[in-house]
Amino acid sequence: MILNIFGFLLMAFSAMALGLLFIGIARKVVARVQKRIGPPFYQAYLDVFKLFTKNSITHGFIFDFGAIMAFGGMITTLFFVPVGPFVLYGMNGTLLLVIYLMAVAYLGMAMATVGSGNPLASVGISRALTQMLGYELPFIVVLLTLIYSSNTSSIIGIVQTQQSGFMNWNLINIPIGTAIAFVTLLGLMGKKPFDAPIAPSEIASGPVVEHGGKYLAFIMLQHAVSVVVKTALFVDLFLGGGNNIFIFIVKMLIVWLLVTLIGSIFPRFKVEEGVLFYWRWPLIAALLQAVIIIF
Amino acid sequence: MNNKYESNKWQEVINWVQTRSLFMLHYCTGCGAIELPPTMTSRYDMSRFGIGPAATPRQADILLITGYLSTKTLRRVIYTYEQMQNPKFVMGFGSCTINGGMYWDSYNTIKQLDKYIPVDLYIAGCMPRPEAILEGFLKLKEKIETGSADGYKKYNKEYEKYKKNQEKVLGEVKRRQ
Ligand code: SF4
Repeated sequence: MILNIFGFLLMAFSAMALGLLFIGIARKVVARVQKRIGPPFYQAYLDVFKLFTKNSITHGFIFDFGAIMAFGGMITTLFFVPVGPFVLYGMNGTLLLVIYLMAVAYLGMAMATVGSGNPLASVGISRALTQMLGYELPFIVVLLTLIYSSNTSSIIGIVQTQQSGFMNWNLINIPIGTAIAFVTLLGLMGKKPFDAPIAPSEIASGPVVEHGGKYLAFIMLQHAVSVVVKTALFVDLFLGGGNNIFIFIVKMLIVWLLVTLIGSIFPRFKVEEGVLFYWRWPLIAALLQAVIIIF
Repeated sequence: MNNKYESNKWQEVINWVQTRSLFMLHYCTGCGAIELPPTMTSRYDMSRFGIGPAATPRQADILLITGYLSTKTLRRVIYTYEQMQNPKFVMGFGSCTINGGMYWDSYNTIKQLDKYIPVDLYIAGCMPRPEAILEGFLKLKEKIETGSADGYKKYNKEYEKYKKNQEKVLGEVKRRQ
């Protein structure tokens, strides 16, 4: 029991550390793309530390509760995603559970938005939820295809079907699905073509507009964990997971760098354009592929 | 004694981190706004010092006032300043914030920013070049590290004085949090 709790804590803290490192690396990479030198790779740690030393102001109970819900929701999601050899839950249905749990973080943010009462924040969160409608549809179709083709709905089960070599990866078996899932990953992470919800220059960073000091630190930690969760999920589902934690992290880093590089060269979609984009080609391709795989 | 020594060490660590991660909010009035994009982008890249833009006052550490302030904008600046979270620092750009600059006899601009909110550092020039701005940031970092950039403490302590000055030009200032 005690050991279990220890394991959970260890996993949460190492995910935060890894996520912050990833964010730091991404900032450096984006800087190099823009021909800048960029901040040092440990900048994200310094930012979070500094934010924890600042004063912060609350906007009432709902605001606090929303911040905690967003952070806790992401951490809970982490426990159901196998990261390399660390598998806390292996039962059937974790894949569907993870999809549901990922929405909890957004709902927590929506709660904090209601608490703060800032109009820009409500614009941001309504954009985020609208965009979720867009990318979840093709994503779910791809996942259902995946569940059908590998005959299990637990993430670790899907990892096990891809063992014994590169040729068994879902990247090779279901190439179109992988591509679609990668495009939806951009939306899931709120990366550049689909970052209308947080658009700093139009709606002043959207849902986090009223978060200062320690609240912002919690949001940054939540973002760090979400980076780890989403890249790990992608690696588990399509790139064959990994028994070795280092190989797993390298795979995660490759996915994250691809996402970052794509994000650093695109301008921003309007929110309705983003939804329409997802509902057009990715959805059609996903449905076609589902039909091909099932019959 | 021992206890105090330790807390000082802790304060030093905090100061050290604060100098390496600064979010700045640029309140772009007057002509100064145009000097900031080159400072931020690839030519002069301020992010290598850990300084980056923040979107809202809540998230920011530094408030940049980049030029002259009419009495109307002064009111907004005061709101913005009071919404920021401690510790917070203010930088005034250009001669307009120091003594009014070329607007010294204008009927609706203020002359000395320091009378209304505490300014930690001025950068002289009309307009200061990006090199001067970066130099100013490095000076501000030094001041933060030694703990002498304490404008926000001064604002709390001498609040009555600042409030009187503010109300002299603005009439009533509604406080919000
Ligand atoms: S100091 Fe000069 S450049 Fe700056 S706002 Fe005043 S007139 Fe414009």
